[in-house]
Formats: sequence, structure tokens, C-alpha cells
Amino acid sequence: MVRFSLLRDLEKGERKVAVDMEMNVLIVDDYKTMLRIIKNLLAQLGFRNVDEATDGTMALELMRNKKYGLVISDWNMEPMTGLELLKQVRAATDQNAKVPFIMITAESKTENVIAAKQAGVNNYIVKPFNAETLKQKISAVLGAF
Amino acid sequence: MADMQKQGSQGYKRDQVIQIINSVIDRVHEVDQENLQRQLHDLKKIIEGMREELRTTRPLDIHSKHIPVASDELDAVVAATEEATGTIMDSCETIQSLFDSMDQATAASVEAEVTKIFEACSFQDITGQRITKVIGALKAIDDKVSVILKLVGTEFPGVGGAAGAKAAESEDESGDTEGDSDGRTGDAALLNGPQLPDQGISQEEIDRLLAEFD
Repeated sequence: MVRFSLLRDLEKGERKVAVDMEMNVLIVDDYKTMLRIIKNLLAQLGFRNVDEATDGTMALELMRNKKYGLVISDWNMEPMTGLELLKQVRAATDQNAKVPFIMITAESKTENVIAAKQAGVNNYIVKPFNAETLKQKISAVLGAF
Repeated sequence: MADMQKQGSQGYKRDQVIQIINSVIDRVHEVDQENLQRQLHDLKKIIEGMREELRTTRPLDIHSKHIPVASDELDAVVAATEEATGTIMDSCETIQSLFDSMDQATAASVEAEVTKIFEACSFQDITGQRITKVIGALKAIDDKVSVILKLVGTEFPGVGGAAGAKAAESEDESGDTEGDSDGRTGDAALLNGPQLPDQGISQEEIDRLLAEFD
């Protein structure tokens, strides 16, 4: 399934830069449905090593022990929101301080986008989204596809 | 609201009002002023009718029955859609596991359709968040109704009740008795999504906004 997507892109000459598909990706969302959707879409794009967290606190715990190449997080979670997670990640001095961070959220107000950008987000996807949008934003962040 | 409480504690009680009205009616009868007597009788009927209407509308049901039922029903909607979405995605993953048994062209076509199904399943996340907001609004209505019941119950025994009084006392202690603001500040005030159509901005507008930072 994965190889088909990549093969199509390669055949069209659309893939410009190789992405390390073995990189660790962390997805954070308190809705199991959304975690499953994102994980499946990432699998279709070729990402094999995907970890899941259901809130910011759990995400930080995972990030303490592993280096991630990409974090995709929801905003509205308890007890720690995605914005707070982003702030803590950027404030840290560890191996994940500069990890590419994409916010996927239903918060679609201008002030939210600005707050996320000021906190250091690399890209912002508003829900509901499709696979193509996810692919485009990951590509923009990782410089691939 | 504070004025109403003050008036309630310093003004006349219901029985006193009725006693005064009856007393006036008696005197009016003695002086034979028929018109005034009729108006006072009408006034008494209005007050008694109002009491009866308040009692028959069973306002305590809002707190004890209607709000909890509505919240439970909405919780059930979230649970049911989550379960159904899980079943749909299970089927999608089963289909995906069969890709290797398909020729490449067929697998690619099926993959595209399965992707659309996964994308569509995100409705469960969005509707779940919207329903959570509705449940929060119901809770706020419940709190406000309880405060009103406490005040009404003071003047019309049997209409309000202990539950309303308890909620009202709780709100009195927090000092939150009026106003639309939920008191959130800072980052917490940013959590308002999902926005209704034309309340938020589109993905394209978000992209343009982010580009302005570069």
C-alpha cells in the first residue's frame, strides 16, 4: 500500500528529496479515532515507526527517552494541551528541542494560529483534513515529497 | 441578583402579602367599594395562578431530570459514533491487508478509496468535540436555573428546592453569579474550537498567515 503511493510519486518525478522513513514520529491526540486515522495515513506515506500519546504529559514522557524526527499534535487535550506541549518542547535543551512540530486541530481562529507560531510550531493543519493536506504539510516541514 | 436577594430577605413574605391583601379586601368590602374589591380579587387570583403555574411546570425537573438525560444521551451519541467509527476502520484495515493479493492497479484504486474512508472518519473527532461543548453549555444552564430556583423557592415554597439551593450556594461562594464570560485567560482562553462555519479561518488562510512569519 505504502509503496504504491511512493512509486506513483517517483514515476511522476514529484519526489524531490529522500525522507528517512525510519525516523521516529510521535502523534498526540486524546481521540483514539484520530490517532488511528493519522497513524494509518502516515503508514500510507511510508512512515513505519509511529508512537502514540493521548496528551502532552504522555508525549513529553516518550520524548525523554527517544529522539523524534516529527511530532504531530492535537491542541485541545487534558491535562496538558498541545500548545503547552509545544512550549515545553521548545523550552527544553534536549535532543527533541528542535523537532519539527505540526499542530492538527479544530481550533481555526487567527489568534490560535498566531499563538502556535509564536510558540514555535512548524506547520498548522485545521480539522477536518485530508491525506493530501497532511502529506503537503509534512513535505513542507521535512523538505520532502 | 443581589438586589433581589436583599429584597427577599428584607421585604414581605408570601403569607404576609396574602394576609395584607385579605385584610384590605375585608376593609374594602366594609366600605363597599366594589371596583377596588374586584381588582384586588383579580390581583390575588393572578398571584395564586402564578404560584400554581410555577408548581405545575415542575422547574426542579430541569435540574434533576432534563439536563442529566440530555447529557447522558449526548454521551451515548459520542460512544456510539466512536464504536461505529472503530468498526469502519477495522474493515478498512482488513481491506488493506488484502492489498498484496491484488494486482497493483486494483490495489492502488482500492487504497485511494480506503484513504477517503479514513479521512471521512475524522467526523467522529469533530462531532465529539462539538457535543462536549454542548454538554458544557447544558451544565451552565443547569447552574443558572438552580440559582433562579433558589430565589423563587424562597418566595414560593415547593417551587424551588434543596438541589437548587445547593447549586446556588456553590455559585455564591465562587462569586460567579452573572456575566457571559467564563473567566478563562491566557492560553486557556484560546480553546474554543471547533469553530462554526465562517467563525474560523480556512486552511488556505492559515497557510497565508503562517507564510507571513517567514
